[in-house]
Amino acid sequence: MSRHQQSSSLGPSQEELEEEEAVSGEGDEVMGEAEDGEGYTSSTPTSTLTWISWFCSLPGHEYFCEVSEDFIEDDFNLTGLNAMVPFWKEAMEMVLDVEPDEDSARVPDVSIVEASAELLYGLVHQRYIITRQGLQAMADKYENATFGSCPRVYCQNCYVVPCGRSDVPGLDTVKLYCPNCHDIYSPPSSRFQGIDGAFFGTTFAHLFFQSYRELAPAPFYKLSSSAASSSISPARSPRNASDSGHLEEEAFVNPNPYGGQKRAAGKVYVSRIYGFRVSERAKSGPRMTWLRMRPESPGDLDMVDWRGRWLDEEGGSEFEEDEDEEGGDRPMEDFDPVRTGLK
Amino acid sequence: MLRRAVEELSTGSDSDYSKYWISWFLSSKGNEYFCEVEEDYILDRFNLTGLNTEVTNYSQALDLITDNLDDDIQDELRGSLDVQARLLYGLIHARWIVTARGLAKMLEKYKKADFGRCPRILCQSQPLLPVGLTDIPYEKSVKLYCPRCEDLYSPKSSRHGSIDGAYFGTSFPHLLFLVYPHLIPPKSGPPDITAGASSEGRRVAPGRRAREELEGSVTEGVGEGVSTAAAALKADRYRPKIFGFQVNEIAKLQRWQEAIRDRQVARLEDLDV
Ligand SMILES: [Zn+2]
Ligand SMILES: [Zn+2]
Repeated sequence: MSRHQQSSSLGPSQEELEEEEAVSGEGDEVMGEAEDGEGYTSSTPTSTLTWISWFCSLPGHEYFCEVSEDFIEDDFNLTGLNAMVPFWKEAMEMVLDVEPDEDSARVPDVSIVEASAELLYGLVHQRYIITRQGLQAMADKYENATFGSCPRVYCQNCYVVPCGRSDVPGLDTVKLYCPNCHDIYSPPSSRFQGIDGAFFGTTFAHLFFQSYRELAPAPFYKLSSSAASSSISPARSPRNASDSGHLEEEAFVNPNPYGGQKRAAGKVYVSRIYGFRVSERAKSGPRMTWLRMRPESPGDLDMVDWRGRWLDEEGGSEFEEDEDEEGGDRPMEDFDPVRTGLK
Repeated sequence: MLRRAVEELSTGSDSDYSKYWISWFLSSKGNEYFCEVEEDYILDRFNLTGLNTEVTNYSQALDLITDNLDDDIQDELRGSLDVQARLLYGLIHARWIVTARGLAKMLEKYKKADFGRCPRILCQSQPLLPVGLTDIPYEKSVKLYCPRCEDLYSPKSSRHGSIDGAYFGTSFPHLLFLVYPHLIPPKSGPPDITAGASSEGRRVAPGRRAREELEGSVTEGVGEGVSTAAAALKADRYRPKIFGFQVNEIAKLQRWQEAIRDRQVARLEDLDV
């Protein structure tokens, strides 16, 4: 991918890409996107853009923020990177839009330098986004929903941030971290599937929510009457639900000042057959609700010691199968496969 | 069937598009989640009990989806009737997919991952199943159920995100695994049930039988006789870290969640599920 090969007029615009995604099915998405690569092959240099702005504007590079040139020019911030990036000097010149030295007859194929420049930028980016300035740049993107929202239904469109599973480049692609369910997801579009996760790193996502605690959902959740009414947004009006979510936040306090200060989206899915909850005694009964559960009060978290044992064995029993908070839509008896003659 | 054969002979010039409403419907973009409801099922009026009050122009809508609509009224009414026909087909579909033959049809689609795959990284591309949050039409759009993490996700494409969840119903995926318990996917490893279920990075849990099971069964979840009591112990989870250190409040929540899990495992092992 080269800036010198790009033409803004021939490349697919953002709208076109979104459109294509909306039209193609989950299965055929890969095929559709495969053609995208060819979109940039043209030959007009876009001279007004810096390399960094150009790089961040490429389709699939939406998650990157623009690293300030001051940061890159400070050698201290680059400590150790020159050993990881081939053609370091040429790559630096490219990233910083410096005219190459005249004696650079040894300059290899420009595409090799481009690959180095991309690696260099990615590794610098990993470091930049955990600085105060970089965190702020990513916070701006976060609030603009640039990274999208959690695909999990009961996270109620909580915004996510990009993250890596490794800090070493070349191992894994970028993932999305949801601060509400503390889980990681694959980006919804395959255009992010070529982005190295190390360019975001393992630390950024969590430092981000430590730094912006008002964006981090708290680890406890109690269904209030107001939360009950907006607990799951109807598909037709997702905007309304998020608006009312903001109202609720004003009244919310987490007693732990170092913890998440946002009201969590705490509902957990309950599987039902003909309106009856599937019993855990069934072989196919629920086994994973714990993964998404939150205690009702912050103090409940202290009932488990550091080894993961209950301090008071009977004390915890109130949490047993207590997910039927959704209000009385149906009787809550367990579904019995034998009695209904299904098995 | 006979009628269709005759029709095929007489109206040879018609395109497939207009000939069979159901095949047209199924091949339309955005309708990939639907399976074919067998004609016999639709023609048995017993199966449609009560639907006449849910659908306006019920009998014409039914005629349309069974390709029996008079050509005369077809043009005038077709526009509005099409909406009713979709509703009717959707409601029949919800009933059909919880019959033995409907389950089998949906199972084929599940095996082809027609409903997409779980976006959760640690579910390792586990195929999904469609599910409704309510059985009443026009309330909630369709969601996708992952049998590995047992959670719900929104369809990636807005085309699928606007399908009515009532056309699949709240029971379908759970009934599927009740009827086919050997298809309950393992909680770790690749989703292919023939491949070994390895799980790295999990916590060693205090379950009594748990440890033996962790080492013992390679194709866990596939045997009729295999217990699922301790299945959750194999589930991998993501642990947020800052410079390699766990985040305090999240680590605390995760310990609490795992204590809940361990208690359920102990409970189920006592019950000998
Ligand atoms: Zn989430
Ligand atoms: Zn899953």
